[in-house]
Amino acid sequence: MKIRRLGIPAIALAAAGALVLSGCASGDAPAESDTAAIITTNGSEPQNPLVPTNTTETGGGKITTSIFAGLVSYNAKGEIENEVAKSIESDDAQNWTVTLNDGWEFTDGEAVTADSFVDAWNFGAKFSNAQSASYFFDNIAGFSYDADAELTGLKVVDESTFTVELASPEADWPLRLGYTAFMPLPSAAYEDMEAFGENPIGNGPYMLAKEGAWEHEVGIDLVTNPEYDGVRKPANGGLNIVFYASMDAAYADVQGGNLDVLDAVPDAAFESYESDFPDRFVNQPAAIFQGFNMPYYLEHWSGEEGKLRRAAISMSIDRKEITDVIFQGTRTPATDFTSPVIDGYSDSLKGAEVLEYNPKEAKAKWAEADAIAPYTGTFDLAYNSDGGHAAWVDAVTNSIKNTLGIEAIGKPYPTFAAALDDRSADKLTGGTRAGWQGDYPSLYNFLAPLYQTGAGSNYEDYTSEEFDALLKEGAAASSVEDATAKYQEAQEVLLADLPTIPLWYSNVSGVWSESVENVVFGWDSVPMYTDITKSE
Amino acid sequence: MIWYTGKRLLQMIPVFFGATLLIYFMVFSLPGDPIAALYGDRPPAPGVIEQIRAQYNLDKPFIVQYFIYIGNFFQGDLGTTYSGRPVSDVMAKAFPITARLALLALAIEAIFGILVGLVAGLRKGKLFDTSALVVSLLLISVPTFVIGFVLQYVFAVKLGWARTTVSSEAPLSELLLPALVLASVSFAYIVRLTRASVSDNLSADFVRTATAKGLSRRRVVGVHVLRNSLVPVVTFLGVDLGSLMVGAIVTEGIFNINGVGGTVYKAIKLGEGPTVVSFIAVMVVIFVLANLLVDLLYAALDPRIRYAK
Repeated sequence: MKIRRLGIPAIALAAAGALVLSGCASGDAPAESDTAAIITTNGSEPQNPLVPTNTTETGGGKITTSIFAGLVSYNAKGEIENEVAKSIESDDAQNWTVTLNDGWEFTDGEAVTADSFVDAWNFGAKFSNAQSASYFFDNIAGFSYDADAELTGLKVVDESTFTVELASPEADWPLRLGYTAFMPLPSAAYEDMEAFGENPIGNGPYMLAKEGAWEHEVGIDLVTNPEYDGVRKPANGGLNIVFYASMDAAYADVQGGNLDVLDAVPDAAFESYESDFPDRFVNQPAAIFQGFNMPYYLEHWSGEEGKLRRAAISMSIDRKEITDVIFQGTRTPATDFTSPVIDGYSDSLKGAEVLEYNPKEAKAKWAEADAIAPYTGTFDLAYNSDGGHAAWVDAVTNSIKNTLGIEAIGKPYPTFAAALDDRSADKLTGGTRAGWQGDYPSLYNFLAPLYQTGAGSNYEDYTSEEFDALLKEGAAASSVEDATAKYQEAQEVLLADLPTIPLWYSNVSGVWSESVENVVFGWDSVPMYTDITKSE
Repeated sequence: MIWYTGKRLLQMIPVFFGATLLIYFMVFSLPGDPIAALYGDRPPAPGVIEQIRAQYNLDKPFIVQYFIYIGNFFQGDLGTTYSGRPVSDVMAKAFPITARLALLALAIEAIFGILVGLVAGLRKGKLFDTSALVVSLLLISVPTFVIGFVLQYVFAVKLGWARTTVSSEAPLSELLLPALVLASVSFAYIVRLTRASVSDNLSADFVRTATAKGLSRRRVVGVHVLRNSLVPVVTFLGVDLGSLMVGAIVTEGIFNINGVGGTVYKAIKLGEGPTVVSFIAVMVVIFVLANLLVDLLYAALDPRIRYAK
């Protein structure tokens, strides 16, 4: 696929062929109308109608974040800044009082009040509404996973105040509130939520250009919302999000001047994007953690023997080499279980040396484990072959093979669904690829859903009382600093147990055209659209 | 003739049921739970997944799912995608674009392919013939995506003569470049088919007779040689129309065209039974009709061919 380096002769030859073929076809130049202030960028077709509580994937997330404003929003560093909220306060991390600013309106003229939030959250949490983000409300008192129940923890005090009672204390609860699930909804939405999702009415920096601005599979046109007066005031006239099925096409469009900002670089351009777009590219760690899990139900991988083997495997992987060679530096070797863009990330946790390449120590640990019970058979690592994982899986298994002298191979599944099937049915025969992208910039979000006993994404049945206790203490801590300390301690438990072998953090790599400036990527790998200016 | 056509059309009914049942079964047999896979590493609450599965009848046995689909099909309801859009809407968007692209490609490959092939066949062994053979060999051996990327890079990115990708309205001018890419391989085959056929026919008895009768060369070539040489070419074009409609995934991807190939590919990956089957059903019909058209054209091209009742 390295077309761009085929060399002049090949291109000339093919071009000559094309000229013969077309009888010198005259291509017509695109007529560029002067819509200078509109920024075009890439996206993908949202999975569901644009209802905030039913939008948990990036395609729809980009749009809902742009057209809604919640209590808070995230700045580029992932810190929260108040939007509709005037204050979010609590004395005990369990009972919160939220006060709203006056003057916020939805684009249909309705005022944003305490009810706008409370009703929307109740809608999102209600069992029979089957909203994909329902679990985000599970810590609010009254939430139920298997029956319709009202969130009794939400109480409206007056137009601009409501209180929230959590089921258990959570010191960094406000950090969640910039996530799309927590957006307010106008009362018009409840008449027909699906129709609302086609033409959503929000209170964010942008709004839909017109009825039907979302053209399915093609794109969506957003213009600035004149009524918006929050911290994300747009510096441009609007946003045209074009949906691409292939990143290669999107990349060609930035090169050809049809697209202003692209927030991903296709594999084929890994080597060339920095020279194709000098000074107009970004490559920085994102809130995406990648590793692989070893199930606890496998023989040899639990108990003391399992601990030793997990450490041995981890130390036999040359992360630096693989990120440099396979990923051309678009991954950053892992030093913890979260991500460098998250407040509280650390590269000096106790026990983090287990994530460094150390063949000698790896062999020693493996031998120690063999003394408990000798290992036979092949080590395999499952992955879905439709996601471009084969190269790094092979590199990792080769690294293990060469260091430990055991047979190690990748185990491809045709699709992600097939891999997930065996994973949730406890039928894996070895490790499995695992990844996590943060929903909101908090250490807790990288730990609780994956490693807490019985958590939704804890497929490999990891359980540790010590870890659970530390997580709970962190959640109940009176300050974010104390919470961070506890979460880091909890990660030190993980480093000793290694339920997941951390590999690396995915970087966000993106490029933009000459016609735009002030392109900064946020903590969530999405450009801060409102700051982008068009230079023409 | 009418009998023949009617019989062929009736044959479509079992083909339709067989194909839809088979395809539905294949999609059903794809490993994994499609709804769980929709959400990747971040599953929603288990109750939510169950409700969505029930909404799309995925909790029922295969044969029940199929008959629900067929039952709705005959009431004009093709089901919905997993994002809740009616499949008929998706089809109404994808097919017109792909049809335009496929017909444009077909026109390009037919016109230029036959023309080049004819000239090459008439001047066998001359410079034009040799270069036509070399170019066609090149086009056949280079994969479509290479041709696609190269043409896109040269004409759209570097020269700026065309738009890099196709916009949502997909006017013919923007479809020209992708149509060229799509037509390239078949063009090469048509050149070779026509050339071989023409050079064969040039030495046929009826051509010698026609020439001996004193007909002009123009008439000999235009009516006797060309018409008889078109039988294999038309067969090829008929099959090709079918594959152009469905097989443009690569080209559609390169030029970001929201057409049939890409939609079906995505639906298969998601395990969306109703979408896949509805699209395939239409394609089956297109395939069968194209073949019928080809068979009918034989008679028009070659008077020696007659249809049995």
